[in-house]
Amino acid sequence: MTWVLNNLELIGSRTLSHLLLAIPAIVASFVLALPLGWVANRYRWSRATLLTAAGLLYAIPSLPLFVVLPSVLGFGVRDRINVIVALTLYGLALMVRSAADALASVGMPVVLSSTALGYSAAGRFFAVELPLAGPVLLAGLRVVSVSTISLVTVSSLLGVDNLGLLFVDGFQRGIIAEVLTGIMATVALALIVDGLLVLAGRALMPWTKARR
Amino acid sequence: MIRFQDVCKSYPDGTEAVRDFTLEAPTGKTTVLVGSSGCGKTTLLRMVNRMVDPTSGAVWIDDENVADVPPVPLRRRIGYVMQNAGLLPHRKVIDNIATVPLLNGVPKAQAHARAAELMELVGLEARQANRYPDQLSGGQQQRVGVARGLAADPNILLMDEPFGAVDPLVRADLQAELLRIQRELEKTIVFVTHDIAEALALGDQIVILAKGARIAQAGTPQQVVAEPADDFVADFLGLGRGTLDLHLRETPTGTLVVDGHGRPAGRLVEPG
Repeated sequence: MTWVLNNLELIGSRTLSHLLLAIPAIVASFVLALPLGWVANRYRWSRATLLTAAGLLYAIPSLPLFVVLPSVLGFGVRDRINVIVALTLYGLALMVRSAADALASVGMPVVLSSTALGYSAAGRFFAVELPLAGPVLLAGLRVVSVSTISLVTVSSLLGVDNLGLLFVDGFQRGIIAEVLTGIMATVALALIVDGLLVLAGRALMPWTKARR
Repeated sequence: MIRFQDVCKSYPDGTEAVRDFTLEAPTGKTTVLVGSSGCGKTTLLRMVNRMVDPTSGAVWIDDENVADVPPVPLRRRIGYVMQNAGLLPHRKVIDNIATVPLLNGVPKAQAHARAAELMELVGLEARQANRYPDQLSGGQQQRVGVARGLAADPNILLMDEPFGAVDPLVRADLQAELLRIQRELEKTIVFVTHDIAEALALGDQIVILAKGARIAQAGTPQQVVAEPADDFVADFLGLGRGTLDLHLRETPTGTLVVDGHGRPAGRLVEPG
């Protein structure tokens, strides 16, 4: 506890760096997964192809990816961009399938009836299909968010600043309190972001509560 | 007036849903397409608002071939009511009803005012405006569906088994409401059902369809019951099976109307 109190500033800055890595990656994988999920549902060939390809992303071992990406992308080894890109790829591995399932979960009757009302294809996507896919999208996003926040810590092995550095550093210097702080802060952060997502879901999708 | 002219619809796998269908649905009247499932009646209905395009032939609305009208604006001026109402579950009742006016660019306040009027017309209470569809009963949802179909004040209303999913009492209620609304508004309605009793109750013109949307008989309810064109029609109506072969039976409490099985179908009363 004393260690925590003496290092509040460090914990705070590491948390902030952690979020600055995780949040762009979560947002990017969500935004990119939507069109990919849409295409996956659109054609017979595309579903198997895209979902398998996305799933395979998850099979890439993370540490080598963090090492290889800088030379592929041309940024420095410790540049945040590498980490964000790597995390986005892992996020996509989970989110593309979620997005495809979410869009497929929208019932055919409601799609037909909104077509009959006179929605254009694009209008129907944004006004009907996307909001109704919301609950399944949110479920996927919650998994991506927790997984990303925990994966960020791997990059600390390369010296990138985030909460993972607390347990790498604590392990090397034999400071148990620092190791525990790093782990608990990571878990706490994941839980807090998850809670915020749930609250945002309730605010944005009031009809899901009415249904129960 | 809606006119189907030599309309065919076949699919790449060779199935022929509709073959050489020709019919006129007169302005301000209710035309009921009635037939068993798979007879092509829904396909015909969807040709009017271009949810389905015919393989050959044409559908006319007055003097306009619908094939010449882009589908989206066409659909916005034709009311559509479907089974299970097809409401948007994420929109409140009032917003569901106002959907088409809002798509047409009517200001929100005006669209909501119009939606509130329609709620009254179809017998919904004002306090239901801010509920979500899933919070309403099946019958209430169906009323919302009818109100939504009428919201843009279309000349044409297409109804695809709109009362098929509600229980018989509620269905009778909704049918009576539709008759009342139709007397007031005089829309050109094309109504699809597999229920002959519903067809007889609602139709000015009844079109009995066999497989491939072949017209077995078209006429007024009186014509089809009094002079069924063939055995198929008679059978479909239930003539000869007793359900529509009625006779009178005197009882101590009044005259009963009894069907061919001796079961009471109603009672005899003075008209008016």
